[in-house]
Amino acid sequence: MKNTLTKSVAVLLFVGLALVPVLGTRAMVQDLFMVLTLLILALNWNMLAGFAGLVSVGQQAFVGIGAYAMFAAVILWGLDPLVGIAIGGVAAIVLAVPIAFFTFRLNGAYFAIGTWVAAEIVRLSLAQWKALGGGTGTSLPKGTTKDMFGVDLIKDALDMSSSAASDALTYWLALLLAAVTLVSGYVFLRSRMGLGLQAIRDNAEAARSVGVDPIRLKAAVYLLTAFGTGLCGALLFIQITRVTPDAAFDVVDWTAFVIFITVIGGIGTLPGPVVGVIVFYALQRTLADYGTIYLIVLGLIGIAIMLFARKGLWGIFTAKTGIELLLLRHRAPKRS
Amino acid sequence: MIWVDTIVQGVLLGGLYALFAAGLSLVFGIMRLVNLAHGDLIVLAAFVILTMAGALGLHPFVAVLIAAPVMFAVGWLLQTYVLNRVLGDDILPPLLVTFGLSVVIQNGLLEGFSADSQKLSAGPIEAASIKLGPIAVGVMPLLTLVSAIVVIFALNQLFYRTKLGRAFRATSDDAVTAGLMGIRPRNVFAIATGIAMVVATIAALYLGIRANFDPTIGPARLIYAFQAVIIGGLGSLWGTLAGGIVIGVAQGLGAAINPEWQILAGHIAFVLVLLIRPRGLFPRAND
Amino acid sequence: MSAPVLTISNLTAHYGDFQALFGVDLTLEQGQALAVIGANGAGKSTLMRAITGILPSPRDAITLNGRAIGHLSAPEVLEAGISMVPEGRKLFPSLSVEENLLIGAHARTGNGYWTLERLYDLFPILRERRHNPGTALSGGQQQMVAIGRALMSNPTVLLCDEISLGLAPVVIRDIYATFPKIRESGASVIVVEQDIGQALRIADHVCCMMEGRITLSGAPTDLSRDAIHNAYFGVSA
Repeated sequence: MKNTLTKSVAVLLFVGLALVPVLGTRAMVQDLFMVLTLLILALNWNMLAGFAGLVSVGQQAFVGIGAYAMFAAVILWGLDPLVGIAIGGVAAIVLAVPIAFFTFRLNGAYFAIGTWVAAEIVRLSLAQWKALGGGTGTSLPKGTTKDMFGVDLIKDALDMSSSAASDALTYWLALLLAAVTLVSGYVFLRSRMGLGLQAIRDNAEAARSVGVDPIRLKAAVYLLTAFGTGLCGALLFIQITRVTPDAAFDVVDWTAFVIFITVIGGIGTLPGPVVGVIVFYALQRTLADYGTIYLIVLGLIGIAIMLFARKGLWGIFTAKTGIELLLLRHRAPKRS
Repeated sequence: MIWVDTIVQGVLLGGLYALFAAGLSLVFGIMRLVNLAHGDLIVLAAFVILTMAGALGLHPFVAVLIAAPVMFAVGWLLQTYVLNRVLGDDILPPLLVTFGLSVVIQNGLLEGFSADSQKLSAGPIEAASIKLGPIAVGVMPLLTLVSAIVVIFALNQLFYRTKLGRAFRATSDDAVTAGLMGIRPRNVFAIATGIAMVVATIAALYLGIRANFDPTIGPARLIYAFQAVIIGGLGSLWGTLAGGIVIGVAQGLGAAINPEWQILAGHIAFVLVLLIRPRGLFPRAND
Repeated sequence: MSAPVLTISNLTAHYGDFQALFGVDLTLEQGQALAVIGANGAGKSTLMRAITGILPSPRDAITLNGRAIGHLSAPEVLEAGISMVPEGRKLFPSLSVEENLLIGAHARTGNGYWTLERLYDLFPILRERRHNPGTALSGGQQQMVAIGRALMSNPTVLLCDEISLGLAPVVIRDIYATFPKIRESGASVIVVEQDIGQALRIADHVCCMMEGRITLSGAPTDLSRDAIHNAYFGVSA
């Protein structure tokens, strides 16, 4: 019963969000686009750190490579940016293979810094790619986003300017990607593999003894989240339209914020990133003018959550109310 | 001859990286904690020295004597009131707490000192150099390397020759049994972090005299420190010195080929060492 | 008999929802050697963990020379005068034999009976091997180090948890042969054993535990084999 209700609310919310470009202002579309992309990054990072126990602080590697691959597709090979997004995702998964090979040798906590080093290596290497502007970066050619596949269609159907139509298109893609990430995360975690993953998190030895191979499972999650993060990176930089190594591989924008969103919302819980991104957006709106203070506040909240409520706001909520949405464990059969 | 010079300069630079890394290595060896804020704490220490030197009109080498106990207290308080609460089998909380701390320190310093570049001014010694055969060696870089060696020697003596060091090793082996010996692991950890911060302060002294610094450079120092620790092998302090030198030399050679490749060359050396010797150059036997 | 050194009254212990001890009462007299015997899972180790402060207890459930110590932490209990030879020996692998012994004196402030020299006289083999890593020794030698380490704090009460576990009978006999000397130093002793034979030979008093309760208590000479057998296995012969 409760699950059906949750699903209906989710579908309604999705439809409501999908209507924003039609009914809302362009500023709303652009704001929500940023929120949705952060949500996508947070969902991926939560899967990685919260469920697979792989605390990466180097996810900016995949945002950056996704962005650069998309730019290369558009500028060097003359492809449509939408194709560039797909290439961005593929580039990220290809990059993830050597990075995993190297970072998986580092154990536990050192894995975190290893991923960071990997991201730095990719950043510094791409800064040598002169065709894409080297260290100073480059912009999408004027009009690229307006010529994207589907922009004309939206423009005519909704009677809006082509830049508004391109905003709407990237927004819908972000919404779709967020929904797909959320749903596939849910389905994955309830699958055999997903339950195996949670078993590893709870007790690696026991999981191994029942035939779950932790390394392979974790590597699979690592590659898949790299793919999602790469897609998101490419999408983000269609909207931003200008790429530099420093911006594309920014540890604060693409990893620190994402970690705080997940931690505040509830790491290791599926609704956590959703709750986190809402709180994050609200904080950003109230504190954005204060710049550094905003980051200090985020950091302090993150520390406080880890000290006093490790499952974040969502954890507090479920503990207080007993309500669990998107239940991950199959219910044990009731004893009569 | 130019190559010999490059390598010598690289070795000297390695001394600085070893100083960055020694505190990280010490803390990891004792409590298996990786402090992601280590780089920012070094930068914080540099600002403490700067403030002391400015307010009291002291030479940085004197100001560091006041800054060191201050930073010891910072480390002690940090461990006692924050990090001890998150130590455990789950590596997530300590990582995320120290990550949060890194962001807080960095932005706190930005708020307090602005993003302007700062420098500790040590006077004529900064430009002084001595001739070692055909190579001119800067006095400051040489002093850095010597300090690194002295610091690591002292830490080793502490570790293997004193009652406190015995307690460090016992707690690292088995904190519960150490408790049965009358050792209070949390106190031991607090002292260890305090000592790590004293070492960080010494690192900060040379960081600030040799180059400009600003609140945002902490994470890069953390990365160099981390690479030195991993290359050396976890738990080996002399290994950490060797690791720092490997990074320093690689960066020096990279920069000699193309200035843009300095940092990248260090990273690549790190990856290569890790591919060939996954446990570092001098791994501890029982880890 | 003189005044009790250690008194345990109505001690209970829980691991989460699981209750491991149900109102245990026990007294240890000055200079006494008490054997606590019982099968695996009877609650003996839990009792040791409670006394040493690894497991928190109510303040007044445990008193040492009249002082309530139930609430103290492990280091505080050690400072109060109780030290333990833990099950499985638990030597520190990073420390040499001598360092393992010295760390036993970590919290010690004054002088006392036990010194390195006296321990080396008690266990001469350790003198030869004092610079070896503790874990490079044979099981019996490791047990000697663990006992020596516990003695270095000059305890009022020495607890020995399953010291014969995994050792050859001849080694166990040698180790128990040192107990009279240990008792001469003034320490009262509690030995926890599954191996009844050795424990009963050195004990003045024996307590039998089963399912978290003390089911039998008395001098070994007063108790019949059958009574001990019943208390241990919980079946009537």
